[in-house]
Amino acid sequence: MRAVVTVTGKDKKGIIAKVSTFLAERGVNIEDISQTILSEYFAMIMIVEISSAAKELSVLAEECAELGKQIGMTIYMQHEDIFNAMHNI
Amino acid sequence: MFSNNDVLETIAMVQEEHLDIRTITMGLSLLSCIRDTAEETARKVYDLVCTKAERIVKTAQELSGEYGIPIVNKRVSVTPVSLLCAAFPHKAPLIGKALDDAAERLGIDFLGGYSALVQKSTAEYERTFIRTIPEVLATTKRLCSSVNVGSTKTGINMEAVKMMGEVFKEAASLTKDADGIGAAKLVAFCNAVEDNPFMAGAFHGVGEADVVVNVGVSGPGVVKHALEKIPEADLTEAAEMIKRTAFKITRAGQLVAKEAAKRLNAQFGIVDLSLAPTPAIGDSVAQILEELGVEYVGGHGTTAALAMLNDAVKKGGVMASSRVGGLSGAFIPVSEDIGMIRAAEAGRITLDKLEAMTCVCSVGLDMIAIPGDTPATTIAAMIADEAAIGMINNKTTAVRIIPAPGKKVGDEVSFGGLLGRAPVMPVHACDSSRLINRGGNIPAPIHSFKN
Repeated sequence: MRAVVTVTGKDKKGIIAKVSTFLAERGVNIEDISQTILSEYFAMIMIVEISSAAKELSVLAEECAELGKQIGMTIYMQHEDIFNAMHNI
Repeated sequence: MFSNNDVLETIAMVQEEHLDIRTITMGLSLLSCIRDTAEETARKVYDLVCTKAERIVKTAQELSGEYGIPIVNKRVSVTPVSLLCAAFPHKAPLIGKALDDAAERLGIDFLGGYSALVQKSTAEYERTFIRTIPEVLATTKRLCSSVNVGSTKTGINMEAVKMMGEVFKEAASLTKDADGIGAAKLVAFCNAVEDNPFMAGAFHGVGEADVVVNVGVSGPGVVKHALEKIPEADLTEAAEMIKRTAFKITRAGQLVAKEAAKRLNAQFGIVDLSLAPTPAIGDSVAQILEELGVEYVGGHGTTAALAMLNDAVKKGGVMASSRVGGLSGAFIPVSEDIGMIRAAEAGRITLDKLEAMTCVCSVGLDMIAIPGDTPATTIAAMIADEAAIGMINNKTTAVRIIPAPGKKVGDEVSFGGLLGRAPVMPVHACDSSRLINRGGNIPAPIHSFKN
């Protein structure tokens, strides 16, 4: 099962390192990663595989949101189907 | 596959534009609960609802967490209770109490179906049942009630219309300490639908399966935001934009509905693609109409803008879901929409304009507070007007009107939460009692004979 992790907020050092370490510790594998910076605004989108993750998606999503608060960013983890449903016919 | 922009767009819809799944409503057939006595029936009803809907709240929380979309309400609709009580209608309140207790135990916000279908004429047991509605609404918290008083196929049952005028008055007066909230949990319908997930008018039709999941999606804020991006567009383009937006919103609803049905071991019923406002700023249908170019809702052009909005929402939604149903369209409740509240406070929208708007919106006169001393026959006449619009135009219409006890024009009622607040609006002083007291039926229109 794949999910999408979105990290947005003001750019600062070490965001990717913190988020990817956090995911690795929970058995989440990063399959694709892209990031853009638009006038100090940081947006990173990761496609991750969570089939072998230690916890359920809804729990991981909560923990991601919590990590976001700690590092001053907004982080979401959502099932990829929501984007497939809304943006593909 | 989706693009990065798609991902960010979805997140913005949820975070900034109030996209949400407004309700997951589980429809339950209670016909198997009928026993010899009201007491036994009530027990079976309580057990069935508690068992079948046991996981609805937890499942909604899980889905919300996984997809990152809020699921605001968890609800249950049931077989019209009058059908369960035909042998003991005076004891129907026992069933109402059992349903309210079950709703409390499940932790859901509303349970709909304390209902009667009397669109052609009123059986004796229905008459007794309808008379129990005010007391039941005053003594329960989560239970909602509806009565279908007419349809395109049958015409309008004017005896039931008259009775409903009195029932609204009594429901409000028995809950006068709470601004007449009893009437806010009550709907009189014409052409009621059997798979509506929205309250207060949800009930589970007898043509439905045992356990069904219906989902209502919403997102007036998303539509308004999309229109803000094209302020100079002509109305053809604006309609296209609404369609595209409605498509995306409904797809989210379809995904959640199918998954919820699977997890709850229920049949996937329908997605109701209604733009249902809330009192939150930016979650208003009125503000969409204003974005389209009417200076304020209630002004000339409002009906045209609403007609376009309602139709475009349907077209976008129909394409996005395998099964669309319920009410599907734009709701125009006064107390639940900040744009409507403001227009009503400023005296810019009247009951007459609202009635005109109900010709082209998805439902009817909704959550409107009127003076507490409005005669029952005047309320009945409003119901008759709405029912006539529904009957002639082959659409669902409804009245949910609150004759606020002890209040007059300019006062305010406040129910809190999703039900919101509303200024008391003026009604015509015209006496309609002679019309209402005639009774009988308004015959079905000629275009209903299609066989």
